Amino acid sequence: MSIRDVAADAYREAAPALVASTLGGLFAGVVLGGMRAELRLVPGLLVCVPALLATRGNVYGSLGARLATGLHQGLIRAEFEADDRLVAAGAAAMANGLLASAFAAGLAFCVLLALGRTVAPLGTLVAVALVAGLLSGVVLTGAVVAVVFVGFRRGYNPDALVGPLVTTIGDVFGLAFLVVGVEVVLGVA
Amino acid sequence: MPEEWTVSAITRATLPVLLGLTAVEIGSGLVLGTFEATLYRHPSLLVLVPVTIGTAGNLGSILASRLSTAMHLGTLSFAPTDDDLAGNALATVTLALSLFPVVGAGAWAATSLTGAHPDLAVWTVVAVSFASGAALALLAVGVTVAATYAAYRLRLDPDDVVIPVVTNLCDVLGVVVLFAVVQVLV
Repeated sequence: MSIRDVAADAYREAAPALVASTLGGLFAGVVLGGMRAELRLVPGLLVCVPALLATRGNVYGSLGARLATGLHQGLIRAEFEADDRLVAAGAAAMANGLLASAFAAGLAFCVLLALGRTVAPLGTLVAVALVAGLLSGVVLTGAVVAVVFVGFRRGYNPDALVGPLVTTIGDVFGLAFLVVGVEVVLGVA
Repeated sequence: MPEEWTVSAITRATLPVLLGLTAVEIGSGLVLGTFEATLYRHPSLLVLVPVTIGTAGNLGSILASRLSTAMHLGTLSFAPTDDDLAGNALATVTLALSLFPVVGAGAWAATSLTGAHPDLAVWTVVAVSFASGAALALLAVGVTVAATYAAYRLRLDPDDVVIPVVTNLCDVLGVVVLFAVVQVLV
């Protein structure tokens, strides 16, 4: 194939998925643009945003990949039941997601403090990250399990479904639940 | 992928890499923090943040997986005249050049529709998005080709190494490029 053919082929193959994830990204941007008040109330939260969004993708993307592999290998069945392996995979994803969220908030706090920049109290930042991490974890675990199982039963390759789903749902819900986190934590405090 | 499906086995396998990637992402958050005031003043630029970061990572990971497949098939050689290499690089740049102006216009329109004051002219937001996209596409090609070449020389499977490295590195570059472009154009 000539360079032109390879390029045209790659363009056609990548464009639909890229357009879909771009729409999701713009949606997430609208949520981020609408939460300026919350970002100002908790200085340092904006610094955590890329880490918290990447965590959703890294954790629940790998949950999806694990479930897809488990289905292919016959380790789990595509049934909504309290199977030991399924519960362990979900619980591990939630636990890792919460640990990484708290780590991101703690690290951002330390670095901002060391740089002498304005930053909210450590407890506030960690609590907001944990509330948002817990809520988006519940939604994403449910969405990943449902899409992988339903997709598998209908004969789709679950690997192809998980990536775009997690990036889009993860960014939009991740940011929306950060707003909820700020309201809950500042409301309680 | 752990053999055992228990919370502790899965955590042992994934947590170290996860925390490392999180630390890298805090680096990109710090860059974002340095132009916080500009982003709050111009909401349409804040709207551009997630989509710029995400699209840069996606461009890199699409190119990475295509180069990795070509490498596994043995059809890839690391020369600028190689059809697979040059064709896929060209597609990445073309995708960025056709997508990012629309992203800029979309961010401006979304900001106006949601009632925030459209503080910047539409062409300014389109120019910021287009310039960032063009720069990011070139950087994504450079990073991806370098990472794939490194994996090839070190005899690592590019599927395991290149995609996480490229995605998270492109996240950071996305914020850095957006910062630089905003300094110049806004």
